[in-house]
Amino acid sequence: MAEKYIDYETDILIIGAGGAGLRAAIAGFDSGVRVTVVTKSLLGKAHTVMAEGGIAASLGNLDSKDNWEVHFNDTFVEGVYISNWRMAELLAREAPDRVYELEQYGALFDRTPEGKISQRAFGAHTYRRLCHVGDRTGLELIKTLEDQVLHRDIKFFDEMYITKLLKKGDRVIGAVGIKLNSGEFYAFRAKAVIVATGGCGKIYKVTSNSWESTGDGLGLAFNAGAELMDMEMIQFHPTGMVYPPGVRGLLVTEGVRGDGGILLNSEGERFMLRYSPKKKELDARDIVARANYAEIMAGRGTPHGGVYLDISHKGADYIKTKLPSMYAQFKDFAGVDITKEKMEVAPTVHYQMGGIKVDPDTTRTNVEGLFAAGEVASGLHGGNRLGGNSLADILVFGRRSGLGAAEYTKKATLEDPSKSDIEGEIARVKSYLRDDGRNPYEVIEELSSNMSENVGIIRTETNLQKALIKILELKSAAPKVGVRGDLKYNKGLLACLEIPNMLTAAEAIVRGAITRKESRGAHARSDYPKKDPNFKKNIIYKKSGDEMKLELRPVPEMPENLKKLVDPEEY
Amino acid sequence: MGKITLSIYRRDPAVEAEGKFVDYEVPTEDGMVVLDAVKYVETNIDPTLSLRWNCKAGKCGSCSAEINYKPSLMCKTRIDTLGDHIKVAPMGAFPLIKDLVTDVSANWEMLKKIPVFTPRQDAPKPWIIAQIDIERSKEFKKCIECFLCQDVCHVVREHSGTGYFGPRHIVKAASADMHPMDALDRSEFLDANAGLGFCNITKCCTEVCPEDIHITDNAIIPEKERAVNAFYDPIAMIARSRRRKKEAKNNGKQ
Ligand SMILES: Cc1cc2nc3c(=O)[nH]c(=O)nc-3n(C[C@H](O)[C@H](O)[C@H](O)COP(=O)(O)OP(=O)(O)OC[C@H]3O[C@@H](n4cnc5c(N)ncnc54)[C@H](O)[C@@H]3O)c2cc1C
Ligand code: SF4
Ligand code: SF4
Ligand code: FES
Repeated sequence: MAEKYIDYETDILIIGAGGAGLRAAIAGFDSGVRVTVVTKSLLGKAHTVMAEGGIAASLGNLDSKDNWEVHFNDTFVEGVYISNWRMAELLAREAPDRVYELEQYGALFDRTPEGKISQRAFGAHTYRRLCHVGDRTGLELIKTLEDQVLHRDIKFFDEMYITKLLKKGDRVIGAVGIKLNSGEFYAFRAKAVIVATGGCGKIYKVTSNSWESTGDGLGLAFNAGAELMDMEMIQFHPTGMVYPPGVRGLLVTEGVRGDGGILLNSEGERFMLRYSPKKKELDARDIVARANYAEIMAGRGTPHGGVYLDISHKGADYIKTKLPSMYAQFKDFAGVDITKEKMEVAPTVHYQMGGIKVDPDTTRTNVEGLFAAGEVASGLHGGNRLGGNSLADILVFGRRSGLGAAEYTKKATLEDPSKSDIEGEIARVKSYLRDDGRNPYEVIEELSSNMSENVGIIRTETNLQKALIKILELKSAAPKVGVRGDLKYNKGLLACLEIPNMLTAAEAIVRGAITRKESRGAHARSDYPKKDPNFKKNIIYKKSGDEMKLELRPVPEMPENLKKLVDPEEY
Repeated sequence: MGKITLSIYRRDPAVEAEGKFVDYEVPTEDGMVVLDAVKYVETNIDPTLSLRWNCKAGKCGSCSAEINYKPSLMCKTRIDTLGDHIKVAPMGAFPLIKDLVTDVSANWEMLKKIPVFTPRQDAPKPWIIAQIDIERSKEFKKCIECFLCQDVCHVVREHSGTGYFGPRHIVKAASADMHPMDALDRSEFLDANAGLGFCNITKCCTEVCPEDIHITDNAIIPEKERAVNAFYDPIAMIARSRRRKKEAKNNGKQ
């Protein structure tokens, strides 16, 4: 059947308008090529808006000993030696430029008494390094970039959901999307496509992530033949809200601990002194998260199943200036005054370290014409991400991907996608509109409960196998979901379309976690509690027919001059 | 666990001439917000209900609606403050897309027209800025673009012919104007091209702002005053005179 759709042509198509997508758009446009950005939410609402604590960059404004080399070492060591060295190097070297550039774009960071950009302490950063705007750094970042994009001739389509990447032979040449507010289909033709779709936290029940984080980009790229990497590495943030139920998982920024907050169990013990006598509350996230979890499991938790986080000793003035959103968040949602009372917190799923495998300098993937940047890409964070490194990541690699894609488009041609590919995809989308379909939210509920129960902060073979069986079962149930109504602004339909992507992400996480028979960074197994030199490797995920194939690959060897900067790995 | 009746406005303007409020019974739990209740309807009763939300944390400004006639964020409005019959309608100032979702895209067109932050060329980099000098602009930068202030403003709502951009956009212009490193003055633009003169300072916008921005007192009035060249806002005045001096010096150099 002939399907109706709108043809649209551009040089670079960017999927995602978070920090990575917007920074890529600016870089692409400033290189002189046509750029189009699409996003599944409204412009300026992407998940990046929620970021709180800050951007890591070794400006050395407070601690003059800080420099890119220390930042490089911190990033690589806390990534537990499986990060891509080149990405860590680029991040550490370029983050200061990106911060100053953002300031030139109009962002207003908090200042030191001398008027320089102020920097706060954050977990496992050797020095005070996070440039911040109170606890609303993400809002400032995204609004600043939004402003720059709006004042350039960059086309954007918001509330446009991309359902499939189009290919010709081995090359990606465009994408199919549905515009939510009208229900119209679009066929985008592009010389290069950048995936900047963010993370997949929504496959878990308790998460700090926003509605959009369903791993769409992982599914889109994987189905187009791109390799994924390190998917088993899911970061649990130590401190999410636990009460009331409606906000369970909502983030309590690490800035609270950075600015002096301490963790206590129900016996009033400052337990981090026991788990990490030196770094205490400001150790790496995986360590603090597991400590919180262990205290709760040992029966020393709070009434609502968390531990206490207390900053009240810092006084009301300090708290209200340094952490205004946290103050408001607890007051509005929980009726708790954090200048006087303790918060209740527990680990919450926060970040995906893994994702699409990319070339560090250009962010191209193994598929021609396809690039990826931001949380959806992998390599930088290895086994554990440092706070503040993600906002630095999206600026540094967002820009690099805009430049990389622009360079590529100069040699590339626009291709015509096959009509039957487009029409087939439109028919697939429409097939979810039916009266007898299974409620998609039910499937999502089953998936997210399964992930939270079986693929949590401590993993075991038995639970992982259980999780895998459930995922495979849901995979075969997925085509049977459906909703009533039509194509226009139908979020139920969107849920149907997200499910296969969520399942791809979940399957990769679980298969990887089964394969990695050791504990490293965010991946902790009670049946293999030790780190194992044989697993100082990256797990690569590839599509082969309808199957997901896994392969262990050695971590790229770093050059001698960088090796000198890195603390040796201990086992 | 209690129960509430949620009356939600339903209409697809493409096929229905009139909208109607449909009642749904929703079980409540501790600390529940209106967005939880509306999502309950979407997930358990009618998945075709159209609503817009994103962060569910009061940070993105997506979930704006009129709750018991008051423009509010659904994710920040607690059920227990509202009694057991709650009415939820879309923002009335914007064209309806479907149910609770409205078309706010006209705002991007206005934002494009407001002259972008333009850094002074004379200041050495990296910039040295005192914390006290950023406070004024910082207040406006808290804006999450929920457009609730646009929704409540009677000029935007009832007199669209005036061409008044609306409070959000004055806040945007003010955030750049009061940026200590900005080289422009947008007040004349606001007066001549953004209909600022039509605002008659009723302050309704300030009352609904979920970010507690003093839209009228701190953004609109100073911009109005600047536009008529009467320097009302002392902080802006100092910044401006400082800038003027610098500019004069620079011009002299050329
Ligand atoms: C509460 C919270 C606080 C955080 N605080 C910090 C911090 O202080 N410091 C730090 O460094 N990091 C922080 N992070 C992490 C950081 O915010 C994110 O990792 C980062 O913002 C991701 O940016 P991104 O550009 O990759 O993706 P996102 O901002 O997630 O954007 C993804 C974009 O892709 C679009 N998209 C997705 N799928 C599709 C599709 N199918 N079709 C069309 N568009 C699509 C979305 O609409 C969106 O525009 C925090 C995260 C959370 C959740
Ligand atoms: S003060 Fe001005 S902008 Fe605000 S609601 Fe009244 S008329 Fe509108
Ligand atoms: S000024 Fe306040 S009410 Fe208006 S859009 Fe911004 S946050 Fe919303
Ligand atoms: S959903 Fe983001 S403000 Fe309500």
